[in-house]
Amino acid sequence: MIEVRITGAALDPTAELAALPRHPGVGAVASFVGYCRAEAGDEAVIALHLEEYPQFTAREINRIARAVSGKYALERLLVVHRAGVLAPGEPIVLVAAASAHRMQAFAAVEAMMDYLKTDAPFWKRERRASGSVWIEPSEEDRRRRAARSDT
Amino acid sequence: MTKILFMGRLRDAAGAEIEEIDLPTGIGTVGDLRAWLSARSPELGGALSSSSVRAAVDLEIVDDAHSVQEAREVAFLPPFSGG
Repeated sequence: MIEVRITGAALDPTAELAALPRHPGVGAVASFVGYCRAEAGDEAVIALHLEEYPQFTAREINRIARAVSGKYALERLLVVHRAGVLAPGEPIVLVAAASAHRMQAFAAVEAMMDYLKTDAPFWKRERRASGSVWIEPSEEDRRRRAARSDT
Repeated sequence: MTKILFMGRLRDAAGAEIEEIDLPTGIGTVGDLRAWLSARSPELGGALSSSSVRAAVDLEIVDDAHSVQEAREVAFLPPFSGG
């Protein structure tokens, strides 16, 4: 079962993981939490603005999640992604995968994050003391995405 | 009326996130619309001309040859940046 949520409210990874239903066949849950950095280079980050395209963003992430869930034989895949204005230190994204054995769970979380970086329709703007900067995927992000062929 | 959406950094160049327009005669495709918007504003034109800026018509990603004649909403999308 796949659950994708985009939320403008604070994300609580601990509560999300505690609430994750566990199928009797589940022997492993792996998770990843991405946080808003407080520094960009030598500059302090004041806030991160995450813009979504309502309907489109959720649908695209659901499409990616279905492909990842199918490939790694998951019992459950949870993706909670923030939108709106985030303060430094706040969680941006939680991905959790539940499966019979650990390898599928680890691999699925890594794959889901590789896809989210370049294929999830969000636009990120970092507000710094010197002004605003649009953040695009790094070369490493693009390289990792190009190496995958699940979707 | 057709709703035009400028996502991410395109909004800075367009000066607004959403614009509602009556498509001028002769604007048949996404490519036509891109050219028309670009001619109207050089700053937006520079941002829109990048091949990394994709277009979605009524929530489906399409290429520049796709028709906008029946479109309710056309969104211009700079590279995504999630996670």
